[in-house]
Amino acid sequence: MSYELKPWHEIPIGSIVPEPGSSRINHTGSWRMLRPVLNYDKCTHCLICWIFCPDDSIPVSSKERYETDFEYCKGCGICAVECPYDALEMVPEMEIKLQELE
Amino acid sequence: MATKKVVALTGNQAAAEAMRQINFDVAAVYPISPQTELMGFFAEYVANGEVDTDMVAVEGEHSAMAACIGAAAAGARTITASAGPGIAYMVENLYIASGMRLPIVLLDVNRALSAPLSIHCDHADSMLTRDTSWISLFAENAQEAYHHILMAVKISEKAMFPIIVNYDGYIVSHSIENVELLDDETVQNFVGPSGIHRIPYPLLDIDHPVTYGATAQPDYYTECKYQQHVDFLKVYDIVREVFDEFAEISGKKYDFIEEYQTEDAEYIGISMGSSFGTLKDAVDKLRAQGKKVGAVKITLFRPFPRKEIAKALSKAKGVVVLDRADSFDGIGGPLFKDVAASLSDSENKPLLHNFIYGLGGREVHEEEFMKAFERVERLEKGIDTRENLVEYLQVRE
Repeated sequence: MSYELKPWHEIPIGSIVPEPGSSRINHTGSWRMLRPVLNYDKCTHCLICWIFCPDDSIPVSSKERYETDFEYCKGCGICAVECPYDALEMVPEMEIKLQELE
Repeated sequence: MATKKVVALTGNQAAAEAMRQINFDVAAVYPISPQTELMGFFAEYVANGEVDTDMVAVEGEHSAMAACIGAAAAGARTITASAGPGIAYMVENLYIASGMRLPIVLLDVNRALSAPLSIHCDHADSMLTRDTSWISLFAENAQEAYHHILMAVKISEKAMFPIIVNYDGYIVSHSIENVELLDDETVQNFVGPSGIHRIPYPLLDIDHPVTYGATAQPDYYTECKYQQHVDFLKVYDIVREVFDEFAEISGKKYDFIEEYQTEDAEYIGISMGSSFGTLKDAVDKLRAQGKKVGAVKITLFRPFPRKEIAKALSKAKGVVVLDRADSFDGIGGPLFKDVAASLSDSENKPLLHNFIYGLGGREVHEEEFMKAFERVERLEKGIDTRENLVEYLQVRE
């Protein structure tokens, strides 16, 4: 995460954020303990996960769900709970990291 | 000069009249004695269509302030009122309102805090607000309460800080006095039109969306608070400006403090709110006995008029600081510590002594204040000694 730190007198009054989209610079994916692992065989691309994702971390087109954006996904697991086809499994991030090391 | 009329009103009626004349956009309130009557009067104006105010009846004072924050951030001219425990319940949101730099008017009809439960006056409720970065004015009577509310709107919007107008519960709120009212048009011209663009980032300006109340991490929080700190110091000049403008329409010139017989005074008493009249009576009686005494009333409590206090006390030998709330900290009441700190750069170091009085609506009399002056004189002359810096003035032994 890197952004310019403003001096005190350049901060907008009331510490308001005048430009939308500031959440883009906060890569909240680093908070994640559990990763939603998608089983593409089960996924029907119904896009219910996309509707429920509170962090807008599921990129979609009009027909298709793509891999979760792990730069921002906090691993809350709502997608896995809401998926009607059990296509998402929450796997501890540590397990995945260890597998990657092997 | 405006047309004026003198009417017999209670403090609450005078405050409701000021609210009617200002015609706030939003009033979010929850009833609590002694404020209930005030909002009752105002609710009648709302019901009769005499104001355009959207009166929001919320489920508690925490919500009242939350609703005010939302309304003020949207761009509405906003007011609420409360007392005692209601103020206590609001405190979290008071910090949020000032941190977001929203102009909101809060009428604090001063009431004691529980326990034991008391609906009567002291200043403990207002002392909860002293570090919230709200501007704070103390009115002595119904006339001042009326005037302060009219000025509060303007001060708050110029400073972009919320503001509290304090007046003593029951003693001021429910007592009838002659109050000189300005005409509606004069008030409207003085406060100026409402409208969302009075503030820099109104949420109702939907073409320019902004975020209020975002998180600040350790890399930003200090800078946010420092900006608030610097801007709060600018409030002095803004208050002075509005006091001057108000003098032009009302003929009444307010100052941060009001001095009475201080010019040659050796001993000076300091108080806030309705007891100042009693303090002046005590001064008159002591003057008749040949004592050189005077009195100072604090009108602007936050930011604290430290320079004016230092100047008023620059020749005093002893100071009677009268607190209508205890701090229970082994030092003294809130006002005592503010006065003491105000003398940090003074060459003259008068003896300061603190007296707690008027708790939970206890009536005060000039004899008690005279006793306080006598005690300070004896301490200053070395006749008496003291173990503590603070003592209670009216305790039954």
